[in-house]
Amino acid sequence: MYRYDEFDHTLVSERVAQFRDQVRRRLSGALSEDEFKPLRLMNGLYLQLHAYMLRVAVPYGVLSARQMRKLAHIARRYDKGYGHFTTRQNIQYNWPRLEEVPDILEELAEVEMHAIQTSGNTIRNTTADPFAGVAADEIADPRIYAELIRQWSTLHPEFSFLPRKFKIAITGAPHDRAAIKVHDIGIAMRRGPDGEPGFEIWVGGGQGRTPVIAKRIREFLPEPDLLSYVEAILRVYNQFGRRDNIYKARIKILVNDLGIEAFAEAVEAEWRATRDGTLRLPESEIARIAQHFAPPDYDPVPAPSADFAEHRLATPEFVQWVRSNTAPHKQPGYSIVTISLKPEGGIPGDATAAQMEAVADLSEVFGFGEIRVTKEQNLVLPDVKQFELYALWEALKRHDLATANIGLLTDIIACPGLDYCNLANARSIPIAQQISRRFASLKQLHDIGGLTLNISGCINACGHHHVGNIGILGVDKKGTEFYQVTLGGDAGMDAALGDIVGPAFAEDAIVDAVETIVTTYLEIRQDGERFIDTYRRTGLAPFKETLYAAH
Amino acid sequence: MPLIKNGQIADDPWIAVAEGETIPATGAVLVPYSVWERQRETLLSRNTPIGIALANDQPPALIEADIARFELIALNFPTFKDGRAYSQARLLRERHGYTGELRATGNVLRDQFLFLQRCGFNAFEVTTPDGAAAWGAALAEISVTYQPTADGRTTASLRRQSRPAAA
Repeated sequence: MYRYDEFDHTLVSERVAQFRDQVRRRLSGALSEDEFKPLRLMNGLYLQLHAYMLRVAVPYGVLSARQMRKLAHIARRYDKGYGHFTTRQNIQYNWPRLEEVPDILEELAEVEMHAIQTSGNTIRNTTADPFAGVAADEIADPRIYAELIRQWSTLHPEFSFLPRKFKIAITGAPHDRAAIKVHDIGIAMRRGPDGEPGFEIWVGGGQGRTPVIAKRIREFLPEPDLLSYVEAILRVYNQFGRRDNIYKARIKILVNDLGIEAFAEAVEAEWRATRDGTLRLPESEIARIAQHFAPPDYDPVPAPSADFAEHRLATPEFVQWVRSNTAPHKQPGYSIVTISLKPEGGIPGDATAAQMEAVADLSEVFGFGEIRVTKEQNLVLPDVKQFELYALWEALKRHDLATANIGLLTDIIACPGLDYCNLANARSIPIAQQISRRFASLKQLHDIGGLTLNISGCINACGHHHVGNIGILGVDKKGTEFYQVTLGGDAGMDAALGDIVGPAFAEDAIVDAVETIVTTYLEIRQDGERFIDTYRRTGLAPFKETLYAAH
Repeated sequence: MPLIKNGQIADDPWIAVAEGETIPATGAVLVPYSVWERQRETLLSRNTPIGIALANDQPPALIEADIARFELIALNFPTFKDGRAYSQARLLRERHGYTGELRATGNVLRDQFLFLQRCGFNAFEVTTPDGAAAWGAALAEISVTYQPTADGRTTASLRRQSRPAAA
């Protein structure tokens, strides 16, 4: 993975000192809370319902074991012993004290981490495929470009006061695990006619209260032009994006207002003036960064051992786990393992300090000391030898980290909701917990098959409800929490926004509603159909009927 | 309003003339684009320095042909959160080759100084009395830059490329 050089180290250390001075001025009273707010928001520090919340960037979702141990240490020393992994591959601490935030940042800087631009109307941390560099279906490794974007966007002098926040996602595989079509800019790696790397660029996607699927702005962008082209998009947006209404300020609104053709023309015109300028990526810099992502020293491991086959026969739970929680690796004999942070009755994405340390240790025993964070709020061990899967599974079980539900109904994405967030209208976490208890049977879960269920506590959609196969949105009806259901959302390459099924459900009826939806699906599905396939075939009608028939 | 120029509190010799006001007989004047557009010949015939204030929705390309005539261009920050003038500033410096005084007006705060300077501003109407002292300090807070702009700083990428190869 990428390692800081002296320039990266210096910048992050200086940023810590700068923020320490800003906190000092706040604590001394030299800055009012109003004056401090924009400063803390440049550095991931929110004021929530009960306390400050610090969001730490996990650059494109990649962590080393050492970094994970530091995150555990921070959870224990400065928080209540846990952290919350987010849908943008970051981690949030919910209970830091303002006085100690500079110390936390200083500790993070020791392990090459920071909270720069994890909030504010800035370019945020880039989301990337959590299987980058190891996925069997990968075209090219997106981490190199995500790191280039990280550096280019860090303390960007022109784009630190954008109309609104700005999120970029990149994938190197045809199967989109980074939800690029619901990002402000989505980047998909492509190969040109001569096999040279390049990018397909999408723009203007987003969730929130106006969900929009991104539009393609460029079919093929050559590798050296990545930053100049992205800067051209940002420059057009910075000048012409709406600033009169916070809810109309994202780039998706500008793209829709202008139309993609006119927007693309404006970008191309801007880009023509800069593409041969100083942002053109030199080969040496691409090569310097690429060497950090060279494949590790894989053992030429044998095919699964007899031992592995034996365990498969003897332990159905292990078989289930292998089926749902492992993915094909590009290196023969290896698997990609996803560690579920969605245990029965748990809080999606939460991990205790002890669990973080366990994952750090396991990443070294069963891999090269590297961990990934997924947008589904899970963790990944990217390089596990197949014949060691059983031993890993046994070890994960001891830390309550072996739930075999990746990609299944209880692998729920949920925002923090009204339990923490001052924007929320309703609680998300208790709904996720109730659903995961209702569908606790692994056999049942595996029989239902691939199905995404996402919950947001308000229309800002941090829980990605628009793109869940089943989406649940918390709404406030005269002071009571209600939940609106959408069906048919999809965050992948066939991205789709869910359709509202009908009137919202009361808190005590929402879990039953989910069960009704699932039962209906099981009754009408045809051979081999996933939930989303069935929905695309039948539409809302059969679900509407069973959900509202009795009422 | 105190003016900081090149890191020092400076006198402001410019007379701001708003839309509808009479242009004084002598002295350097700072006019909005609309006044320049309508009274171009009058302003040029005075033979004294001309400054122009561009609104945030007036692209620098509007004054491209006349850019050498201006000794001052003022760009406004209606609130510090409105970052359009950063793009205007870079376009003036990097695309249109403007070399005169580029002044930030409006809600200009100490914690934006570095970004402003990096985008090409070299004069600042500051709202806080600690402005001049804070100016130098704020510029020195971050010494590494990743983005090439026309501010004269060498980016990390260029410094890496000129680094002697490891022995």
